Amino acid sequence: MLKVDVRKRLGALDLDCTFEAGPGVTILFGRSGSGKTSLLNMIAGLLRPNEGSIAFDEQTISDSRTGAFTPPHRRRFGTVFQDALLFPHMNVRANLDFGRRFSSAAADPRSFERIVEMLGIGDLLERRPANLSGGEKQRVAIGRALLSNPRLLLLDEPLASLDQERKDEIMPYLERLRTQAQAPMIYVTHSMAEVTRLADRIVLLREGKIAAAGAPQDVLHRADLLDAAEASATAAPFDAVVAHVEADGLAALDCALGRILAPAQGLAPGARLRIQILARDVLIATEKPQGLSALNVIEARVVCVRPRSAAIADVELACGESRLWAHVTRRSADALKLAPGALVFAIVKSVALNPAG
Amino acid sequence: MDWFSGLSPDEWSALRLSLKVSLVAALVTLPVALGLAFALARGRFRGKALLDGLVLLPLVLPPVVTGYVLLILLGRRGPIGAFLDQTFGIVFAFRWTGAALACAVMGLPLMVRTMRLAIEGVDRRLEAAAATLGANPAQTFFCVTLPLIWPGMLAGFVLGFAKAMGEFGATITFVANIPGETQTLPSAIYSLTQTPGGDAAAMRLTLVSIIVSLGAVLVSELLVRRAARRLEAGDAQG
Repeated sequence: MLKVDVRKRLGALDLDCTFEAGPGVTILFGRSGSGKTSLLNMIAGLLRPNEGSIAFDEQTISDSRTGAFTPPHRRRFGTVFQDALLFPHMNVRANLDFGRRFSSAAADPRSFERIVEMLGIGDLLERRPANLSGGEKQRVAIGRALLSNPRLLLLDEPLASLDQERKDEIMPYLERLRTQAQAPMIYVTHSMAEVTRLADRIVLLREGKIAAAGAPQDVLHRADLLDAAEASATAAPFDAVVAHVEADGLAALDCALGRILAPAQGLAPGARLRIQILARDVLIATEKPQGLSALNVIEARVVCVRPRSAAIADVELACGESRLWAHVTRRSADALKLAPGALVFAIVKSVALNPAG
Repeated sequence: MDWFSGLSPDEWSALRLSLKVSLVAALVTLPVALGLAFALARGRFRGKALLDGLVLLPLVLPPVVTGYVLLILLGRRGPIGAFLDQTFGIVFAFRWTGAALACAVMGLPLMVRTMRLAIEGVDRRLEAAAATLGANPAQTFFCVTLPLIWPGMLAGFVLGFAKAMGEFGATITFVANIPGETQTLPSAIYSLTQTPGGDAAAMRLTLVSIIVSLGAVLVSELLVRRAARRLEAGDAQG
């Protein structure tokens, strides 16, 4: 458990943040310039807060009142930077071994093979960083941080400097990491796509202050807090388990929405995955539809209808404890008389379901 | 090749002395220059501009002035020279060690400049990355910083050595021109040009001087290029 309560003056920005991060992936989410990287650097020990304290597992690592400050090399918080920062004078193997050479806690010797395999970097071991692609560098950087046997993993926009193709290349590894890494992760990003695929918890930063913090379900529907670009990619993330795979290639997934069908894509029963339902892929009907090709029809209740633009509205739906969003035209919203409390059917095309890892 | 085998014992002695003086000067200056380069590249302290100026001074002063200042300070009667002589029995004036010291002082600005550029070229975030991986400051220095500035250190060392091979003004002012003790190649060449009939010998030593200096610069170029290639790419070199 990480407890952060810090204040720092950074040029024109006054950073003042208090939050906690438990197991799993905590995403520090905000626009560039909102102070999220500085916050991460303070956790790593690379930047000293003007005031406040940071504690990890009941152990104070930074406290402005007592002057206590644990230097970064004693924190054992493995860090992955935006631009990899591999050591240029060492090959990939030496880069991966760097943390192990200095980590006082002896890592499991088998972890090297396991992590190299998980990240798919076995063929790169003798290469030098200058001869790696951006995506390969970032995978090595993740491996290097993991092999230092960290108590906490810090990732600073690890995908931001990569093109879309490279992002798609690395995302599956990050998703695998999310389910396999023992250490909790703090992940800084301004990309909604990364949030919906990775977040267990979101800390939303706005101009150096924390605007909201909590489960993705609770933070992502705060359309008032998100800007247009972020909200247009709004997606509801759900952790799901494959119940069984049917003969026609569809998998039955159990998640908070109940049982839904999605293309199996090689998944085996029992496999865990995260699916995201994008707001633009959800249709709303006021009666149970007949003769429809979409397979997933979910009963839900309208929580609220918010105009997004002149023509489009966001409809927030509650399905049990879970939230779902739909983008509809304001004309449809009026025609269907969508109002808080109305009982509706949310229709999600199975092919639109996005199994992520 | 007749002229080469024909180096007289005195000429050989001047060459040997020059090599010894230059090597010692470059080796002694290396750690000092490295420390100064780090202080100037990264330090934030009062008087940094002054220190920068002092380090560069020998580059812009007439060498005679530098040599004379050394003589005043470090001569047997000089305040520092007398102290060293009485306390440790160390004497610089009119000894080969004094020649080495003069060469070291003259080479220092070149070494510091070269190393400072190399240090400023290191991405400090690499050191931050090393720290997050558990390396303490000393381990970070030896495993990350030092290998990255190695080409610059090498270039600085060779430059200091080459400068020492050619140093004349400060040396002759501080430690005079004593054959076998302080008569380096340039001093020997100077003496020969002042001696009737010394032209042939002066020419021989001039050629020797050119060969040694050119060799040093070529070797350094080769080493620096190889070191730089190791940093940039080239899996083959390992």
